Amino acid sequence: MTGREATVPDAARVDTGPDASGDLLRVEDLAVFFDTDEGTARAVDGVSFSMGHGETLGLVGESGCGKSVTALSIMRLVAHPGRIVQGRVLYGGRDLASISRREMRRIRGSEIAMIFQEPMSSLNPVFTIGKQIAEAVELHLGVSGREARKRAVDMLERVGIPAANRRVDEYPHQLSGGMRQRVMIAMALSCRPKLLIADEPTTALDVTVQAQILDLLNELRAEYGMSILLITHDLGVVADVCSRAVVMYAGQVVEQGVTAALFSSPQHPYAEGLLKSIPQLGMRNEQTLGLIEGRVPSPLHWPEGCRFAARCDYRFETCAEEPPLFDVAPQQSKCWLCERGRRTPAVNEFVGEQPARARVEVRSHAPGQPLAVPAILRVEALRTHFPVGRHLFGRPDQTIKAVDGVDLELAPGETLGIVGESGCGKSTLGRSLLRLVEPTSGRVEFEGVDITELPSRALRPLRARMQIIFQDPVGSLNPRLRVSQIVGESLRVHGVHSRARRQALVLDALDRVGMGPETVRRYPHEFSGGQRQRIGIARALVLSPRLVVADEPVSALDVSIQSQVLNLMVELKRDLELTYIFIAHNLAVVSYMSDRVAVMYLGKIVELAPARELYERPLHPYTQSLLSAIPVVDLSERRERIKLVGDPPSPIDPPSGCHFRTRCPLARELGTADGICADEEPPLVAKSEGHVAACHFA
Amino acid sequence: MASAAAVPANVQRAPSELTRSWRRFKSNKLSVAGAVVLLLIALGAIVGPPLARHFLGLTPYDLSCTSFAPMSRDHPLGCDPLGRDLLARLLAGGRVSLIVGLSVAIGSTGIGLIIGAIAGYFGGPVDSMLMRFTDTMLALPTFFILLSAAAVLGPSLVNTVIIISVLEWTTTARLVRGEFLVIREKEFVTAARAVGLTNLRIVRHILLNVVPVLVVAGTLAVASGILVESALSFLGLGTQPPQASWGYMLSSVQNFVFTEPLLGVFPGLMIMITVLAVNFVGEGLRDALDPRLVKR
Repeated sequence: MTGREATVPDAARVDTGPDASGDLLRVEDLAVFFDTDEGTARAVDGVSFSMGHGETLGLVGESGCGKSVTALSIMRLVAHPGRIVQGRVLYGGRDLASISRREMRRIRGSEIAMIFQEPMSSLNPVFTIGKQIAEAVELHLGVSGREARKRAVDMLERVGIPAANRRVDEYPHQLSGGMRQRVMIAMALSCRPKLLIADEPTTALDVTVQAQILDLLNELRAEYGMSILLITHDLGVVADVCSRAVVMYAGQVVEQGVTAALFSSPQHPYAEGLLKSIPQLGMRNEQTLGLIEGRVPSPLHWPEGCRFAARCDYRFETCAEEPPLFDVAPQQSKCWLCERGRRTPAVNEFVGEQPARARVEVRSHAPGQPLAVPAILRVEALRTHFPVGRHLFGRPDQTIKAVDGVDLELAPGETLGIVGESGCGKSTLGRSLLRLVEPTSGRVEFEGVDITELPSRALRPLRARMQIIFQDPVGSLNPRLRVSQIVGESLRVHGVHSRARRQALVLDALDRVGMGPETVRRYPHEFSGGQRQRIGIARALVLSPRLVVADEPVSALDVSIQSQVLNLMVELKRDLELTYIFIAHNLAVVSYMSDRVAVMYLGKIVELAPARELYERPLHPYTQSLLSAIPVVDLSERRERIKLVGDPPSPIDPPSGCHFRTRCPLARELGTADGICADEEPPLVAKSEGHVAACHFA
Repeated sequence: MASAAAVPANVQRAPSELTRSWRRFKSNKLSVAGAVVLLLIALGAIVGPPLARHFLGLTPYDLSCTSFAPMSRDHPLGCDPLGRDLLARLLAGGRVSLIVGLSVAIGSTGIGLIIGAIAGYFGGPVDSMLMRFTDTMLALPTFFILLSAAAVLGPSLVNTVIIISVLEWTTTARLVRGEFLVIREKEFVTAARAVGLTNLRIVRHILLNVVPVLVVAGTLAVASGILVESALSFLGLGTQPPQASWGYMLSSVQNFVFTEPLLGVFPGLMIMITVLAVNFVGEGLRDALDPRLVKR
């Protein structure tokens, strides 16, 4: 099998931890404070951990826990007004926190290198990538000119950039996101650092690309014998590549230890809560997600005693005192529960432990068969194309075929999930359904009315019945309006003229999403991300819609907040009998929420099946690779990874025939990528009951 | 202990928007100072001339003293080349300058806002047409138009304001259009469309976010209003003698800049102080209207 190479088996991927020769890096009691107008923010407050040679250490936690600041202070890159107030960063016998600036500069880049989350803004757009790599090489290795350039080409080749000889002269904007991250890695590794700090290196990337980058990092680590400090909020990524992990909460280390043990038997309630709150692949929404109530406190006022106590289900009197880091081999845990040794949280059985939700009766149906009840939404041959590069007199050069022939049918009360990588057209599809983007052709029938041709005046009353929830909790609320206006203004347009009635409806909607009446007079900036998302949901609910399109509603939220919002959405669906279209790039979240799931690739649906069926028996090679690329927390659940090469092609000029053929492992294996797959577009046909896929061979 | 362990539900009624705005405005000391200065100048312009006549016997028009009379008990700031009292003229001139400055600010910002908003909100051909028109206005030799218009319409205060406003709106329009183009793409605007709001309401949503740009454009327009008026008056097409305005007072004495510098310094100072004060007030206003800034 050439196309479906298994990746290195788990035992080999995960190395065995620090070797006997001592630590590469030891952080001791590090504290980093920021002086702000409101007081001193204790972002990092007494953090200690160590890293061995050749080890990959994961640093996990939600935003605001101090993990990035920790990483930056290892490099001494914390910007004013931040300052390292105590502690040592021991590296090669020296304390990086106290050596001179000149010495530190020498270490940066040559001994310790760093890569960041956003590969676009970390590269200078006006220099070629070759120049940027060569510059780093010249600075640290003392070679110059031709030699530096040669090193640059070598490095680009090593990180898997095809035609590196040519690419070396390209500018950052000519590369895709995945390629840019590879360039960043090439730049960071060009001087053979002993330690690579990777701050959320794959967060901005699609899962299939993320899988490529993680594999690459792992290979390079083994080849160069370097250590990697991997900072991420994604527990799956940690489980995938890290031998040990450090969990941070509120500026402190709350648990650390060997990944396998930490994930199968977390000792600190925060670690346990995090693990329980992410939906696992194949988990269904009859099970409530684990909840961590509330949110991370402000670093200006950390709580006294155990900082997690206020959100902890296990708290008891002793928690008023700060617990030390108890040694409960193979972990260490900062929790009083571990005072007398390991405790046994049953994470692997947590699915059964959670209160089961009453199954929502869903009238799901097989595509192609008539619905038992009239469809709430019927979509036929929907296309949304955007012109790009317009000529002076209107004729566009090219079109982006964002949505290119989609057929769907939704039963009332059903949740249809739509997944796909960025640029596959899933968001455009969602917006076209509501005519927030004008479709180019095709029909969208909502409750039996074709809305594609309706004039806006006639569409307006229908808008109340079909709503949308947005991804960005910051951008989707007008910063200059009060919550009462944000939620309630639409009521004026939809004929609720009584002020008292409007007020009552707004309060009711806010109450449904768990927000109290005191919120109405406030402005969006006064709320956290999760609360804002609730306000956004209330805005949609106030009109009593039947259909709600949720466009990546949780992908901008932290793990614990994400589970709060997902649970809320499931409840709302049950109580209000909503029909959802749930759009997300995270397959686990989508399959948790949905009855049926549609997988999109370059503007088309390539597979559509009931959620469990899709997860258990994926037919389309793309779905199979997507599923295998998702890093899973449960180590026993890991699938054999199907490597996809490259990035999705541009929707401006998609490949002929089957759009997926250029990356398809099956077509490569069968040798049909230039044969039937290029000549004929596979139709979306039923492969089994209720399960359609568009592949010649599935 | 101000622990964040339990963020208490703030049940007490939040203060009204006006109160909050006033608090934010107050917190900027420069803005408050600017507002006080502006009020004093306005007060001087309104009640100054009658008071000066009544108590000091000074009028802006009577040739009450000798040309270039120095400062004295009778004429605190001295006299202009024609022998008119400088203090009385400064007070009276303030009326014209303030009226012109503020009216031009309101007029030109208003026109610019409307044109910029329409262009930015609707985009496409509407935008192209309006912006080409704006470009055309920018390309025309301003002063030539100013002169011809003033000559045709005849010199009067109202005409001066209209002419300057019609020439000054282009910058505002471009700024507002740019802001609209950016904000139009924000998700909260899509959200407003999704709940079925009408165009007018959506424009209001965007407008609230354009306020900072409007305030900046408005304050700049005050200054240019005062200055353009002085140029027009200098050419005899704005304020008509013997009426006084700061701009006119300033430009009419430029032949004596080396011999009698004080004649120009006073009106110049008044213009400078006014423009500065307006700018400070504008800054405070911008903050006062931004709910995101939390001030005690």
